[in-house]
Amino acid sequence: MTFDAQQVQDVLIIVVTAATPLLIAAVGELVVERSGVLNLGVEGMMIIGAATGFAAGYSTDSTLVGVAAGVISGAILAAIFAFLTLGLAANQVASGLALTILGRGVANLIGASFVGLKRTPAPHLHIPGLSDIPLIGKLIFGEDFFVYFGLLLTGAVAYWLMRTRSGLTLRAIGDNHASGHSLGVPVRRIRLLAVLFGGGCAGLAGSYLSLAYTPFWSPDMTAGRGWIALALVVFASWKPWRALAGALLFGGVTVLQLVFQTWGVPIPPQFLASLPYLTTIAVLVVLSIRDIRGAAAPASLGIPFIPDR
Amino acid sequence: MRKFMTAAAAAALTLAFAGAAEAAAKVKACWVYVGPVGDFGYSYQHDQGRLYAAKQLGDKVDATTYLENVPESDSERAFEQLARSGCNIIFGTSFGFMDPMVKVAKKFPNVKFEHATGYKRAPNLATYAARFYEGRYVMGQIAGKMTKTNTIGYIVSFPIPEVISGINAFEQGLKTTNPNAKIKIVWVSTWMDPGKEADAAKALLAGGADILTQHTDSTAPLQEAEKAGKLGFGQSSDMIKFAPKAQLTANTDNWGPYYTQRLQAVIDGTWKSQDTWDGIGKGMVALAPFTNMPDDVKAMAEKTTADIASGKLQIFACPVLDQAGKDQCKSGAKTLEDGQILGMNWYVQGIDDKIPQ
Repeated sequence: MTFDAQQVQDVLIIVVTAATPLLIAAVGELVVERSGVLNLGVEGMMIIGAATGFAAGYSTDSTLVGVAAGVISGAILAAIFAFLTLGLAANQVASGLALTILGRGVANLIGASFVGLKRTPAPHLHIPGLSDIPLIGKLIFGEDFFVYFGLLLTGAVAYWLMRTRSGLTLRAIGDNHASGHSLGVPVRRIRLLAVLFGGGCAGLAGSYLSLAYTPFWSPDMTAGRGWIALALVVFASWKPWRALAGALLFGGVTVLQLVFQTWGVPIPPQFLASLPYLTTIAVLVVLSIRDIRGAAAPASLGIPFIPDR
Repeated sequence: MRKFMTAAAAAALTLAFAGAAEAAAKVKACWVYVGPVGDFGYSYQHDQGRLYAAKQLGDKVDATTYLENVPESDSERAFEQLARSGCNIIFGTSFGFMDPMVKVAKKFPNVKFEHATGYKRAPNLATYAARFYEGRYVMGQIAGKMTKTNTIGYIVSFPIPEVISGINAFEQGLKTTNPNAKIKIVWVSTWMDPGKEADAAKALLAGGADILTQHTDSTAPLQEAEKAGKLGFGQSSDMIKFAPKAQLTANTDNWGPYYTQRLQAVIDGTWKSQDTWDGIGKGMVALAPFTNMPDDVKAMAEKTTADIASGKLQIFACPVLDQAGKDQCKSGAKTLEDGQILGMNWYVQGIDDKIPQ
């Protein structure tokens, strides 16, 4: 069991790539939930993003087109959810679960003719000089562009949500849609935009899997990452920067359980595999003890809004 | 009204008989897969076997029915539904389908069942499996010759006998060509999660492995080897397209001839419940072309494959020492018995890992 700095950088790079899809999907869902809508369909939107992302990327031989297709397909699926829950005020939990099943089915259908094909992975940043700095160069200056976009997205959402007027409006209707409505705020329009944004982010996270992480399509390749992203939003207590920390932690624990095995650390892999869930529980306990007012969940989360009332 | 009812009943009966007669003429074979046929691995290979049999037997069978992605916990329903819908023979391809199949087979004595990789049989329930481990011995020998770092990364799913016997066979082969090489094992606790398999591959490569092998289903680990300029082995199907510079060979499952033979037996009325466990010799396990290696290694691999096929080379020839150095052979035996390989839950000497309990 020897440690060298090069190996540490290698491991950190794996952690960052494992955290990125979680982060992007979680930040999108965070905005949705902040607006007072609970969309449990992240896994479905993610898998359809993976399928269409790969399909479009492969057919046009362009990663960018693939990414765009992933984002759009996630947003289209989210639009169905928005129609049901915002337009018809249907139950959000049931609609979200239905969305997961729908997304999985459609994704497998789209992907069926792309099984067994591969693409070259999305390009990595390379800045001559900087990317070659030993020990940190590849980690900081040599990631693929999804990673940098994920960080940028987190920063942008954090700023917009907490520092701008429109961000404040979104948070306000998430906490009390009735008073927002009485002040003339277009509650449903804002929520629609939030839901579409969340869908786009989930689709993007999915396309990351099939275009950069493991550049091929395979059914069910999201393997529950959409659900982890959902847990991450709660874990982050609906704060973007905490979502970043959480994504690194979740990604880190998953990767560490694999790395520990190669180092021969004598901990049973089953225990390590359960660590992400144990940490979630632990963090939830800590948060609820510290935050006496209870969970920081938006007060209107999951409650259908009908403007007439 | 009464007349109408009688007529309707008579019509229904006639139809039912006609249906039965037609079914008897054409054998309907159905498959249940645990994964998606698009996994390009285990379930894909079974489906290729189905297509092969359908092509071989032409009009004599209806082999168009299959259910994919059937969770093991929910499989009883799937088998029952197929049995009711007129399948004459149903193949279930995952170990976890065992008990549900035993149950459903009891309920439908006129339907024939075949369970892959299981060990429970009944008069209408046969079992079949491939000696996957035979191919892994050859892979171990190749790895021993090709490694420069003397570290082989081995990505595995769950500690079931099939996986353990694969690891042991690999080590048996590895020992013969390179006693200094070591296997590094990573359990990922999933059959199919490309992202996690890729992470495990990257972790192993970072830890000094220069050859990867896997007992999980996706092409991700092999692709990581290709990306890093290292070597690896394909799993279940020939994955050379994914790693033209990295794949040394692939341990592929070849179910087509078996399915054809069993369906023919149903057609001829000679089908019997039995246990089939074939390997390289009968072509149920086949190694993909040996690539990315020097000629002498290739020649060695071809010779080993031929010796296994002819039975000249026994992979678990006695004595077989476990990690504690104890001989696992029954006294006087020449090799481990099939039952010992099918139920393997111990490592051979030379493996530095503990089987997760």
